[in-house]
Amino acid sequence: MATEWLRAMLANAFPDATELAVEDRTGTSDHFLVTVASPRFDGLPLIDQHRLVNEALAAPLADGTIHELRIKTKGTA
Amino acid sequence: MTDLNAKIKQVIEGEDVALFMKGTPQMVMCGNSLRALEALRRAGAPVTAVDILPDPAIRQELSALSGWPTIPQVFVRGELVGGADIVEELEQTGELERTLEERLGRDYREGRAEKTVAVV
Repeated sequence: MATEWLRAMLANAFPDATELAVEDRTGTSDHFLVTVASPRFDGLPLIDQHRLVNEALAAPLADGTIHELRIKTKGTA
Repeated sequence: MTDLNAKIKQVIEGEDVALFMKGTPQMVMCGNSLRALEALRRAGAPVTAVDILPDPAIRQELSALSGWPTIPQVFVRGELVGGADIVEELEQTGELERTLEERLGRDYREGRAEKTVAVV
């Protein structure tokens, strides 16, 4: 399943994540909401937090696996 | 540099607030583009919209320039602010209006107009 695969990619990119979730918003395996909480986000501007998530998911974003991506990031501080 | 690349740069650098979206403010073709547009409207931003749908090359050139993979993309005075999630979150916390005031001046809401420009 795409959600499991994306979750594994995020877990790999954020090994210190305190929260990690991938939701298939439409049940069609191409519209996702990902939630990541990580100490790496502490003190980082929102745009840079999202950049890290985009980078972690660069391959599925580029090849069209992810048609739509919503991102929710949280620091842990 | 291609002609398209130059035109995209011109919009990003020349417009106060540039919104690259799917569709136009009059006919929005994607939920996330609508979320970004509505957050900008709530903040009173003078939006210049660019529809990326007429040519797939627009999105390719834009993402290559910005390093941002998804649509919509919002720029204020040449600087990428983010996509729909970020713009919405910044609007809710009041940070979007602060950013607009800082970069465009405190009276940025005056004479606010929404326009659409084409790059192809």
